[in-house]
Amino acid sequence: MERIDEDKLIDEVTGKSYEYGFTTDIESETLHPGLNEGVVRTISAKKNEPEWLLNWRLEAFKVWSEMKEPDWAHVEYEKPDFQAISYYSAPKQKKELASLDEVDPELLKTMEKLGISIEEQKRLSGVAVDFVMDSVSVATSFKEKLGELGVIFCSLGEAIQEHPELVRKHLGTVVPQRDNYYAALNSAVFTDGSFCYIPKGVRCPMELSTYFRINQAGTGQFERTLIVADEGSYVSYLEGCTAPQRDENQLHAAVVEIISHDEAEVRYSTVQNWYPGDKDGKGGVFNFVTKRGLCHRASKISWTQVETGSAVTWKYPSCILKGDDSIGEFFSVAVTNNKQQADTGTKMIHIGKRTRSTIISKGISSGHSQNSYRGLVQIHPGAENSRNFSVCDSLLMTDTCGAHTFPYIEAKNPTAQIEHEATTSKIGDDQIFYCQQRGIEEEEAIGLIVKGYAKDVLNKLPMEFAVEAQKLLTISLEGSVG
Amino acid sequence: MLKINNLCAKVGDKDILKGLNLEVKPGELHAIMGPNGSGKSTLAAVLAGRDSFEVTDGSVDLDGIDLLDLEASDRAREGVFLAFQYPIEIPGVSNLNFMKAALNGKRSHQGLEPIKAKDFLAKVKECSSLVELDGQLRDRSVNEGFSGGEKKRNEIFQMAMLEPKLAILDETDSGLDIDALRVVSKGVNAMRSSERSFIVITHYQRLLEHIVPDFVHVLSNGKIVKSGGKELALELEEKGYDWLKEPSHDTSNA
Repeated sequence: MERIDEDKLIDEVTGKSYEYGFTTDIESETLHPGLNEGVVRTISAKKNEPEWLLNWRLEAFKVWSEMKEPDWAHVEYEKPDFQAISYYSAPKQKKELASLDEVDPELLKTMEKLGISIEEQKRLSGVAVDFVMDSVSVATSFKEKLGELGVIFCSLGEAIQEHPELVRKHLGTVVPQRDNYYAALNSAVFTDGSFCYIPKGVRCPMELSTYFRINQAGTGQFERTLIVADEGSYVSYLEGCTAPQRDENQLHAAVVEIISHDEAEVRYSTVQNWYPGDKDGKGGVFNFVTKRGLCHRASKISWTQVETGSAVTWKYPSCILKGDDSIGEFFSVAVTNNKQQADTGTKMIHIGKRTRSTIISKGISSGHSQNSYRGLVQIHPGAENSRNFSVCDSLLMTDTCGAHTFPYIEAKNPTAQIEHEATTSKIGDDQIFYCQQRGIEEEEAIGLIVKGYAKDVLNKLPMEFAVEAQKLLTISLEGSVG
Repeated sequence: MLKINNLCAKVGDKDILKGLNLEVKPGELHAIMGPNGSGKSTLAAVLAGRDSFEVTDGSVDLDGIDLLDLEASDRAREGVFLAFQYPIEIPGVSNLNFMKAALNGKRSHQGLEPIKAKDFLAKVKECSSLVELDGQLRDRSVNEGFSGGEKKRNEIFQMAMLEPKLAILDETDSGLDIDALRVVSKGVNAMRSSERSFIVITHYQRLLEHIVPDFVHVLSNGKIVKSGGKELALELEEKGYDWLKEPSHDTSNA
């Protein structure tokens, strides 16, 4: 039994094929650009989906067709031509390179600075890797352990085939198809993503990370993630990677849904480092993401994000605090440099009694970038004795960048307590000189000051992620003080 | 140890140092006094390598090294320490991490391994007790929320940690009450040795009662206009600076 599992795993690791969904002849296939009902049907058919899901997608497509692309965010970009995108292409095997010599040296330099091992550098940049036995056995024991506990962690496509009832029960319950323009688009054409289910009372003993889901080849343009934590369970989920990721797809419109049942706790941490484009912002990724969690009674959802990449970011991980005594948290560091634009923040919707939320947002802007915090705290009439505490700070590195704060507060219950603090400061020449005078070089000084500024958020990240994120912050801001 | 020759510096279009000469030998403590705007703090900043000042002429030699050629951080690593008049706050960076980064920066410059945690903590204990900051430093961010006195004591603590060759104290007495002044002075005196030199910049002779100088110089209009022993400070206290403001031909050298 064990033998078979290992063989299977090695197959997955070497990326021969997916176990489900795709056959060889599909692999070479890419749909013509354009989006219409037929395309949605084709995607669903290719993925061998049940009828309810096809109907769900069609409904989403209909809604999307009637919607307008939103323009309220504080970002400017050329709107994508949705008819010029191909909405289905079989999971590509990235072209395998023979050695690291063929990889963009800039990319390698950054990875080296991040302290990524040679083997890992190869994997990330698509060089053929001889997996050392060690990492295979780590992954194997990881899967075994999860299986024993009844934790399901697989691709969404796999979950649709294997656990259709679980998917059907939860899909779209937190982010419905008509939620917003990009969520509707995603609902119609999503190709894959991750699924995770933690059974009642189980405390997932390890950080679940897309990193360990090695069988996923590349990242989809329209990813969809669904996390269900059953009563009294706990899971910490990591998304993304500190290594710079290039992608030929310019538009990314992902959806993440989290359902935290009674007394469950979900921690979701993201490090996002998509290609931000060149110095003028050309060619960078547009990241339009909808992330939302639903909290049932006495449960908790905690979002932590470190955002350094993408040309345009539009992202508001939110919590619907529906159950009494539930807790929502949002901790964010968003760095923008050169011509990057970020409009990010959160929504805390207090519905249940005694619900509590905390928001800590730290923006860092440099170059000619624009960095906006946009947050909504909404207290519904029934949310007796609810509390919110928000801090949003902005740090400016240059005279040419912008930092903006758009807080919205709606309180419909007089017993609510809402606190909001905001500061804007410029990184001081004084601070840098003070460090230098003590023998700390300029670059290290900037790193130290920025890490200090973002400490309250970085502390919320799982240990190993935090170390990488700190390095990433320093690298993202290299040479940026003007 | 330190030879400053004809040092000229300006900020924007304004000349501030106009041909300053000073020699400091190992173990000596030189006090620099002078009226507001005479260039005292500029001298400190220029020696430390602050780049908002432009050096237009002259040289500064520290044990055979041309200081003006070095970045601020390299000057610090060569043993130049500046105790700031207004110490800077760095939120979120703990005092100890800050000192560790500073110390290891210096050590790597000298080709040494980073300091061991145990040795570092022992050193912290020793140096912080010198200025009675014991036990308060560990979790606090650099100078954040420190009182005026604590900030100045923290400067002397950092000086003790970094063991400089040349320590420049820029108005360390400003904003200190008499007890804090005593503590700071005690720390400085404990650091005096035959290998370490000091330049102490001050307005008032009060500080020099606690930290007794070997030489006293008067800086006026960008030049040293009078030099003498510690008794000069008393004379200045009595007469003020006005009688020195007309530069005389024989006092431009220390």
